Amino acid sequence: MSSRQRLRAWIAAPVLGLLAAILGWGLSGAPGFGHFHGAYGDLLSATAVPQRHSTNVVTAIVFDYRGFDTMGEEFILFASVVGVVLLLRDMREPSGDRDDPVASDAIRLFGVLMVGVVLVVGLWLAAFGLVTPGGGFQGGVIVAGAIVLVFLAAGYRPWRAFGRQSLLDPFEGVGAASYVALGLAALIAGAPFLHNLMGLGTSGTLASGGSMTLLNWAVAVEVAAANLVLYTEFLESYLVPHLDER
Amino acid sequence: MTLLAYGVAVWVFAIGIYGAIVSRNLIHLALCLTVTQSSTYILLLTVGYRHGAGAPIFEDVKLGTAAVDPVVQSLTLTDVVVSVTVIALILALALDVHRQSGSVDPDEISTLNG
Repeated sequence: MSSRQRLRAWIAAPVLGLLAAILGWGLSGAPGFGHFHGAYGDLLSATAVPQRHSTNVVTAIVFDYRGFDTMGEEFILFASVVGVVLLLRDMREPSGDRDDPVASDAIRLFGVLMVGVVLVVGLWLAAFGLVTPGGGFQGGVIVAGAIVLVFLAAGYRPWRAFGRQSLLDPFEGVGAASYVALGLAALIAGAPFLHNLMGLGTSGTLASGGSMTLLNWAVAVEVAAANLVLYTEFLESYLVPHLDER
Repeated sequence: MTLLAYGVAVWVFAIGIYGAIVSRNLIHLALCLTVTQSSTYILLLTVGYRHGAGAPIFEDVKLGTAAVDPVVQSLTLTDVVVSVTVIALILALALDVHRQSGSVDPDEISTLNG
């Protein structure tokens, strides 16, 4: 620790102690652990299944009761990916010739076998998001993880088949746009924005929840593509030397 | 026991800020911010917890069974997504700073650029 840091630590400690004390004092008035009495949660738990035919109440909130917020959330993700791309995707030499082989056969075999397993888990989480724990956000991240496993297990060249901007950018755009399109479709049909238009189906099956199913998949595509764009950008800026490198 | 979970949230929040204050590396700084943000997950899930209640998922449980609050859970989901986007942007900025100044120490960068 340098002297400057030690000084900072000495100044920070009492201030943070005071902050923690105030926070603790404020929270001591909160409902005791395990004794929450929020009315909205109970109301939604009771009505989500009869009203929206979605047995996962959290997903029903995310894609229906609070669907408009989720659109904003999706565009936060979209905007930050655009920001990362703007920062990192400049002056870079496109390359596909870098060879970065993984040496161990055991790692290659196990990794490549796991790609399929992880991919199926991700798709399952996304598909059954309205029935059991999961959803588009969670499933999308795991699908992206399966593709990253290709890089980890098989090296850079096989990864290039997936980690290409020309391939990922359309998916990201389509994922984000179709959420808005589904909202506008409700407007055109004369209902409020993002109104659940489609037949609600049978609770507990894949075809339940009406429009939520489509919104769920739109988010899954958007999240998987956004994560892969992020990985690709960071990976390329690490692996591919910049032209303007000093 | 009732205050333990709240205490953990406050502790994680404070220790994350402390790490950010004494940090000498932008990557470390970004991770400290993530730690700070993690305290909000603990706080949200703590607030919504109920003794003896299950998950708010009624696939194989009868409707009307006691469940923890689903609203704070979906807020936590939003929180996680925002956390990921923020860390991605900060790490990209850190890479850019390293490219511009050749350093990831916040002190050195500020002395270089005035």
